[in-house]
Amino acid sequence: MIRLLAFLVMITPAFAQETVVAGLSQTRVSITAQFQGSEILIYGAVKRNAPEPEGPPLEVIITAEGPAMPVTVRSKDRRFGLWVNTSAVKIDRAPSFYAIATTAPLAQVLTDTEDLRHRISIPRAIRAVGVAAENLDAPSFTEALIRIRQASGAYGLREGAVTLSQDTLFRADVALPANLTEGDYRVRIFLTRGGEVIDSLENTINVRKEGLERWLTNLAHDQPLIYGLLSLLIAVVAGWAASAGFRFLRA
Amino acid sequence: MQIYLPIAEVSVNIFILLGLGGIVGFLSGMFGVGGGFLITPLLFFIGIPPAIAVATGANQVVASSVSGVLAHLRRRTVDFRMGLVLLAGGLVGSTLGIGVFARLSASGQVDLLIQLSYVLFLGLIGALMLQESLRALRRTTRPGAKPRRSHEHLLVHRLPLKMKFRTSGLYISVIPPIVVGALVGFLAAIMGVGGGFIMVPAMIYLLGMPTKVVVGTSLFQIIFITGFTTVMHATTSFSVDMALALLLIVGGVIGAQIGAQVGLKLKAEQLRILLALLVLAVAAKIALDLLLQPAELYSLTPMRLP
Repeated sequence: MIRLLAFLVMITPAFAQETVVAGLSQTRVSITAQFQGSEILIYGAVKRNAPEPEGPPLEVIITAEGPAMPVTVRSKDRRFGLWVNTSAVKIDRAPSFYAIATTAPLAQVLTDTEDLRHRISIPRAIRAVGVAAENLDAPSFTEALIRIRQASGAYGLREGAVTLSQDTLFRADVALPANLTEGDYRVRIFLTRGGEVIDSLENTINVRKEGLERWLTNLAHDQPLIYGLLSLLIAVVAGWAASAGFRFLRA
Repeated sequence: MQIYLPIAEVSVNIFILLGLGGIVGFLSGMFGVGGGFLITPLLFFIGIPPAIAVATGANQVVASSVSGVLAHLRRRTVDFRMGLVLLAGGLVGSTLGIGVFARLSASGQVDLLIQLSYVLFLGLIGALMLQESLRALRRTTRPGAKPRRSHEHLLVHRLPLKMKFRTSGLYISVIPPIVVGALVGFLAAIMGVGGGFIMVPAMIYLLGMPTKVVVGTSLFQIIFITGFTTVMHATTSFSVDMALALLLIVGGVIGAQIGAQVGLKLKAEQLRILLALLVLAVAAKIALDLLLQPAELYSLTPMRLP
């Protein structure tokens, strides 16, 4: 037994010299009526079976990705003096949320080849799932999607936001905004040296509506007629109550 | 204080929503317009997705109209018979309009159509009302001027199927009110509003109804048109956000009560000038959006997975 363990310890460095272990401060986010966004702490360590290798420094990249949805990007142009939508490109799948945190500028810590393979940078995360070739100008539509989502805070690249101490322990905070879509959020952690990914790890954060929010969403989708009539009833009762209340106040 | 809206999936400040509801409710109670033409653009502005803004706006209009109608009911300024005749036409028109709307949204140019019809109808009606009420105001302020004849013989007096509308003091054919109702219902469905801003001037200028009765009757009719629209949106596109509607309603019903009180203290001509200016302002804002180059030429429409 001891021999077997010793043997395993001896051979593992040949496969991977450095591996990543990590945890999340929470793997479940409940969206309630008071939900104001959530900050998730991602922490971890680099496990080594041998002394730290020489060469380029160790870097860490952390990505958090919301559920992907199809998006139509429309562009306006001037026709007869009016600004109207003239063309549209449908992007099959774009993450509703995408945040990257790194220990150093992304261009330094990741090569293009590795980016292409693991789909880490924002443009890769979108293009990875393909832009329909329906418009010659498709790249500018993807750029517009990234620009608008970056401006709204849904997409973000924070270089240097991961702190790495003694080349072993790392931590980063990922802020989930208040305007969050329900679904499974994928968290990925990459260790790189000289731009090459040497190990990676994947985790999921479960984002769900809870309580009243959950109940209303279910009712709206499962019993739309009842939901519609209930909305109507609330409106009528509220209208009557305000009228009666004001009459009472004046009397 | 923020609140997360379950259907819209955005987080908004509670007091902004209450305030928006209050302002629109106030105008609604004062002028007898549903306020849909104000609430919907305002909701876009604070970041609510358009489909949800249109559907939830309609639900909010139901509440402020109920509250307004009750205030008018006690003053006996609702012509039920006229309201029902208008409504009969309105439901036919709005069913047709919802069909046309669905066909146009499939073709992708529905935004432009909505904006153009807003500019066209709001601009036209606003200008007509402003011109007419300014003239009327000048007549009433000049002493010794001849008052407007209360009984002008228009086309509405010569058609068959005459009916007595006692509250309005009219004895006219039912054909014009049904046609007006259908036209307004159609436009209302296309533009995603209750249609009060078209209905009110149509009642005054086309049917010759007295202004005091017009407001209550228009509100009465709007309740049913917007209620119908709300249920249609809830069942076809799941786009009514009850939490958003509730906050807008709480602000709206209170605003509507105050508005109805203020409205009674103002002269009919002053009321019409204010409504005309408001309608023109909204039309000008939408026209500028179409004419000026937008800061961002691209827009995103996320689609929900079924």
